Amino acid sequence: MPDVFGWLQAFFAKNGDLFLDATVDTLIIVSVSTLISYVFGIFIAMISKVTEPGSLHPLPLINAILGWIINMGRSIPYVILMVALIPLTRLIVGTGIGVAAAIVPLTIAAIPFVARMVENSFSEVSPGRIEAGKAFGASTIQILLKVYIAESLPSIIRGAAITYITLIGYSAIAGAFGAGGLGDVAVRFGYHRYQTEIMIATVIILIILVQIVQSLSDLIARRLDKR
Amino acid sequence: MIEFRNLSKTFESKEGTHKALHDINLTIANGDIFGIIGSSGAGKSTLVRCINLLERPTSGAVLIDEIDVTNYKGRQLLDLRARIGMIFQDFNLFSQRTVLQNVTFPLEIRHDKHEHAVQRARELLDLVGLTNMEKRYPAQLSGGQQQRVSIARALANHPDYLLCDEATSALDTLTTDSILELIKQINRDLGVTVVIITHAMSVVEAACNNVAVINDSCIVEQGSVNDVFSSPKADITRRLLRLEVGEANA
Repeated sequence: MPDVFGWLQAFFAKNGDLFLDATVDTLIIVSVSTLISYVFGIFIAMISKVTEPGSLHPLPLINAILGWIINMGRSIPYVILMVALIPLTRLIVGTGIGVAAAIVPLTIAAIPFVARMVENSFSEVSPGRIEAGKAFGASTIQILLKVYIAESLPSIIRGAAITYITLIGYSAIAGAFGAGGLGDVAVRFGYHRYQTEIMIATVIILIILVQIVQSLSDLIARRLDKR
Repeated sequence: MIEFRNLSKTFESKEGTHKALHDINLTIANGDIFGIIGSSGAGKSTLVRCINLLERPTSGAVLIDEIDVTNYKGRQLLDLRARIGMIFQDFNLFSQRTVLQNVTFPLEIRHDKHEHAVQRARELLDLVGLTNMEKRYPAQLSGGQQQRVSIARALANHPDYLLCDEATSALDTLTTDSILELIKQINRDLGVTVVIITHAMSVVEAACNNVAVINDSCIVEQGSVNDVFSSPKADITRRLLRLEVGEANA
């Protein structure tokens, strides 16, 4: 029987730092992108919800334009968006490669995605509860914060997990273009240098990351949900 | 006092225009329990929503305590709504808030001190008979208990008026009776003027002093409950009465 344990020990002794650094990079890239995209995404979702026909301040034209921009943002394949945004990325972070540079296109790609997810979560709040909020004299901003967001928080958390996991996938694509992180390791070592074991190890780390994020978000959402 | 003067409401949609209310003239005196009855689609829900301007009348005026509020906007509108409590058929409680947090909601949005809001909410939960339930969530309560929470929530701001939109339609007969008793007690002890929207004559009979019958967007008959019940003039009133007598005998 081959010495599996010994082999693994040697493998991680040699490559452990590489994986650790790459994992930390991926987590930084994805966490920061998710966070920033939610700040913008929730804001856009709120505007979109409020301007919907029959909503608090119906503005059909603005709503339609916003919806069109969101859909357009979601239609562009990530690889293309990333390359197209290189000038903007350079402008914002001063460089086209590395962790900071990966955050810019990832955030921009995530914003329309997040806006739609949050808007969907808002739609789960029954119109009757919105009316109740209005009837007690809540202002539009109070209805958004204390009714829409508060009532759909478990659903928003579940959406955030989906976003986070999707961005882990996107960040791997970015890695292939020198952005750092696990995708970078998989391409540089696993693909270009034919080190299959590194490729497999990267994939396993990604699988574990996704599982942890999903389980954690399920747990939080279930704790929060009082329905 | 709530007054409707020549009030009309028309809804515009792609399918065309729909006249929900036509030339409504009605006065609801302070301290009264006033019933507005009609079959579904008659316009009664729209009418009650014109009081707190959840619906804007297309023409005519709404007066509250002799002040024309029809065109209230902004802060003035929010302040007006805070003086008018409302309860709903589906309760519309906030599912992610505890019973206590539901009752403090109207105070919270008016930036009341937290301790004061909690104290007021506890008083009201005592009043509606839900002492010790404050930490529960709406999903853990029965329909009758949920409507009691929503009554407590509607009273949080010391409103002058309480609007009840089909408030007992989702409840069984016994629970309906107990909720109507509670509403009568609130009217008697707190002096809150109550407007009850319903399609059930039995609700009007059990709780109201005066009643208006609404049919096809118009008020067809109004007066004291005794007069309207003993000598109904409009066809629809007779039909609504006969229907329920029929049900009771069946």
